[in-house]
Amino acid sequence: MINKIARSVADAMSGIPDGATVLIGGFGTAGIPNELIDGLIEQGAKGLTVVNNNAGNGDTGLAALLKAGRVRKIICSFPRQADSYVFDELYRSGKLELELVPQGNLAERIRAAGAGVGAFFCPTGYGTQLAGERETRIIEGKQYVLEYPIRGDVALIKAEQGDRWGNLTYRKAARNFGPVMAMASERTIATVHEIVELGEMDPETIVTPGIFVSNIVKIDRVATQAGGFKKAA
Amino acid sequence: MTMSNYQRRTKDQLAARVAQDIFDGAVVNLGIGQPTLVANHLPAGREVILHSENGILGMGPAPAAGQEDYDLINAGKQPVTLLPGGAYFHHADSFAMMRGGHLDICVLGAFQVSATGDLANWSTGEEGAIPAVGGAMDLAIGARQTWVMMDLLTKKGESKIVAQCTYPLTGIGCVKRVYSDLATIECTPAGLKLIDKVEGLAHAELEKLVGLPIAA
Repeated sequence: MINKIARSVADAMSGIPDGATVLIGGFGTAGIPNELIDGLIEQGAKGLTVVNNNAGNGDTGLAALLKAGRVRKIICSFPRQADSYVFDELYRSGKLELELVPQGNLAERIRAAGAGVGAFFCPTGYGTQLAGERETRIIEGKQYVLEYPIRGDVALIKAEQGDRWGNLTYRKAARNFGPVMAMASERTIATVHEIVELGEMDPETIVTPGIFVSNIVKIDRVATQAGGFKKAA
Repeated sequence: MTMSNYQRRTKDQLAARVAQDIFDGAVVNLGIGQPTLVANHLPAGREVILHSENGILGMGPAPAAGQEDYDLINAGKQPVTLLPGGAYFHHADSFAMMRGGHLDICVLGAFQVSATGDLANWSTGEEGAIPAVGGAMDLAIGARQTWVMMDLLTKKGESKIVAQCTYPLTGIGCVKRVYSDLATIECTPAGLKLIDKVEGLAHAELEKLVGLPIAA
């Protein structure tokens, strides 16, 4: 029998190795798998490369993971925020490597990994500092930069509803990076607020089919209603 | 300085000027900050669909106090609402809407715009500053039309429309129009072209402020 329902966050997080690349979903207050990030801190893996849109807020969640010294490198689009002081300090003191990626390239590079695309030519960032030394090409008169996939060893995402096959739906703008991160990782762990029986989810509205999901963990809605912090910069 | 008898557009007047050019049925992304004001000035009777890069089409205004839902926020991370007909989608689809040429207009702020439409709006290149780009580069080159909304001059009185950007670029030749507190100007491969200017500002005076020729 297929049963992807993990008994606890700790169970779901077991075996994440040092040096892993961890894709973490979320944008602002929406879709951040805070319980899984806390679980990763508990679990203890270090030397991690983290991929997220941002680089942590305040002292909780991703910021706490950074503060615990577990992260070697962060790949994100928007690290600097009013309350990103944990990241700021680590970055300025040279303890954390940053790869800054335009937000759409971040999403598409993750999607490419999930779709088995080796690399792709993308117009975003052409002629800018962020294109770096990468190959460029003119295709039908338009300028493009070669972009490589971002593959995860583990993806940590927050969904809304799931079943034992790992099918997922999301809630509103909390969907953000979840579906592409689920595709792009060797192992995907999702929190859900509700677990239902097989067949109860409308197959027409399943957003992430279970093939992309390794484990789901049920988390009380009350604990995450505001995403762990009310106001993001 | 010559004494002139003109008044700068206020932030709301500028937002209204931008809104006036957004056509019925347009799908529009309004950048964080000043561009969000444009939504308050869309002329009655025009149906416009607002896109937010974190996966929303048909974004509505801020909710009433107490009705905030932190799963429903805009790119500036402020709570918003969804209009009837609105939809949610994931990040890769959201940016495909830009890059794929499906988004009609985006309105962005800027540090500098060149006469031929190069945009610098993500970094001042300051030593030791922490860089952050977000969706600026994707929007700038992705939308069918990229409009910039900004004060024409810096606080020091220098023109933000320049021959060549000195700040790090966001995109090349991507800005079609600059809506400013003093004038609306088109950027073309051949240089600047005037669309309109505030009353009482002479063409020659505007050119002097910008320091570049502006075709009438």
